[in-house]
Amino acid sequence: MIRAQILICGGTGCTSSGSQKLIAEFEAQLANNGLAEEVKVVRTGCFGLCALGPVVIVYPDGTFYSRVEETDVKEIVEEHLLKGRIVERLAYTDAAEGAATEHGNVSLNDTTFYAKQKRVALRNCGVINPESIDEYIAMDGYAALGKALTEMTPEEVIQVVKDSGLRGRGGGGFPTGLKWSFTAKNQADQKYVVCNADEGDPGAFMDRSVLEGDPHCIIEAMAICGYATGATEGYVYVRAEYPIAVARLQKAIDDAREYGLLGKDIFGSGFDFDLFIRLGAGAFVCGEETALMTSIEGNRGEPRPRPPYPAVKGLFGKPTTENNVETFANIPQIILKGAEFFNSMGTEKSKGTKVFALGGKINNTGLVEIPMGTTLREVIEEIGGGIPNGKKFKAAQTGGPSGGCLPASMLDIEIDYDNLVAQGAMMGSGGLIVMDEDTCMVDIAKFFLEFTVDESCGKCTPCRIGTKRLYEILEKITKGEGTLEDLDEMEALCHYIKENSLCGLGQTAPNPVLSTYMRFKDEYIAHVVDKKCPAGVCKDLLSIVIDADKCKGCTLCSRVCPVGAISGSVKNPHVIDNAKCIKCGACIEKCKFGAIAKK
Amino acid sequence: MKSLAELAAIKEKMQNKVVLREGSSNVRVVVGMATCGIAAGARPVLSAFVEEVTAQGLSDKVTVTQTGCIGICQYEPVVEIFEADKEKVTYIKMTHEKAKEVVEKHLKGGKVIEEYTISSIK
Repeated sequence: MIRAQILICGGTGCTSSGSQKLIAEFEAQLANNGLAEEVKVVRTGCFGLCALGPVVIVYPDGTFYSRVEETDVKEIVEEHLLKGRIVERLAYTDAAEGAATEHGNVSLNDTTFYAKQKRVALRNCGVINPESIDEYIAMDGYAALGKALTEMTPEEVIQVVKDSGLRGRGGGGFPTGLKWSFTAKNQADQKYVVCNADEGDPGAFMDRSVLEGDPHCIIEAMAICGYATGATEGYVYVRAEYPIAVARLQKAIDDAREYGLLGKDIFGSGFDFDLFIRLGAGAFVCGEETALMTSIEGNRGEPRPRPPYPAVKGLFGKPTTENNVETFANIPQIILKGAEFFNSMGTEKSKGTKVFALGGKINNTGLVEIPMGTTLREVIEEIGGGIPNGKKFKAAQTGGPSGGCLPASMLDIEIDYDNLVAQGAMMGSGGLIVMDEDTCMVDIAKFFLEFTVDESCGKCTPCRIGTKRLYEILEKITKGEGTLEDLDEMEALCHYIKENSLCGLGQTAPNPVLSTYMRFKDEYIAHVVDKKCPAGVCKDLLSIVIDADKCKGCTLCSRVCPVGAISGSVKNPHVIDNAKCIKCGACIEKCKFGAIAKK
Repeated sequence: MKSLAELAAIKEKMQNKVVLREGSSNVRVVVGMATCGIAAGARPVLSAFVEEVTAQGLSDKVTVTQTGCIGICQYEPVVEIFEADKEKVTYIKMTHEKAKEVVEKHLKGGKVIEEYTISSIK
């Protein structure tokens, strides 16, 4: 008889911080204490608080332990599971408040991190064992597929999805129901459903987490989409860099086939559907729908001009519906609970919830799902637990290399598709990178552009050569060699690339530059006119100086300097030779008197 | 899978195994499992609650959990039952058999077994 369960995160983040060893250790310790029959260990998907991994949750009380190490396991088993005493030392403390809840019992749902979240796409992540189809079924899994196949016509399914107001979560925000209806309308001997799991934005990992934590919901949603649009085959295009996601999805597909939830005549309805995985080699451009389909077909991943749109001529030249992982993850809930369940959340034009991968200068690095319309401030200061080391918020970058940044004055905007676009940013797939006062905006723009230069497939000239030239201008600016004319040329080039590129990659590549230029023009000017980097990041514009009044002549800096740029004798102020200095900052870190600073 | 009934059967079979994780039940049975409790025999009491709650089909409403020392070691094994909007009930000197009776009469029948509670002490 099982009276308690230990849920251990088996997502990529926690696996790399050692959660696999914990599972074995828990099982051994439980056996030692004669609890193996009473307490079950379950490996789940991502809980979302990746910064605190490995994460362990003990039910039924829901106690949340963070950063658990192998050596802590014995204590948890002997104290908590044998005697019912929570191991306070390991229990999660709220970064936002620094306080435990009233019982001294820190339950997951009481934390600021979870209280403001609304988990729809992630509802099973961190709750079920992703490798058990039975657990998924226990959480109403495949009930939506059953409902669609036995009680609804394909038209009714599409209508519910339309009414729900669900929009594409991959970034574009195109209404999902409308997309399905286009494919449904086209007659063909074969149609396809494609799931885009080629998550390419630096810092975004929500699709990976859904596939790792709840793979069956994607299978179920794709089968529902197949039924609605008249497709009998589906492909999940997932990057090979996601080995855990691929393995779990494959197991889920095998289990679903065995149960007859994929295959012929599902639920006796006469509907056939089967699903296959295609591995991508990790090219950013393959996240673009036409390039993705070209890659599935076995060709080099290059986009093709639209129209014809995939709904008319998609995969293998047949009508195809392509949706992102997170979009699909919402479908079973919408079918099961109805359109109102979904459209009651969110703002006027953006319904439901959105998953964000929080990263950068923020305390709770991880995965969060919030209702649309939540303010940026709530996400960063409350759910995200604020910025570490008391630094000041400077900007949040959304939409990755295609997106833009939101400065501090925008903290109170409600997050939805249209608000973000109106502010020169975009929803994107949901990467949210927080930057503090130590971040140089020109350097950030350069970083993202370097990424797109690398990832440009080379098919069209504006993207292949344009982004490279743009990168060179930025490089010039960060070296202090830029002129005001360069800034004008940079802006003109941005617009040219946007207007003339073939696919979304090129059309959005200049966004980080345009957005930072619009919001932080003074920083660009400082680099060009004053030859200074206000945030102290661009090395060529820095000089490191020792304040002779504060320097005690302890010689520590000269000993730590890797290039021997610091000279001076004991008890006398030291000096830096800026010609030799590589601006590594090692001396600043070591100085006990705060005498060395970047200027 | 040829019918919804098959799906429902799997769901039914598995429900007890995941229901622990929902944490939404409004009745909480808390068994004192500190050293004193365990020494006095709290372990069979705990397992009796877990087994009986499942057997009676109450697992979606009742959460059985454990706690440390409540401070009345002479009355161990102590079991407290918390129910929303009701006063807490404290059962003392519990046994495997008494536990089964509490599930049957109190948790299922809604009637507190006064002679097992702490208020029965004169």
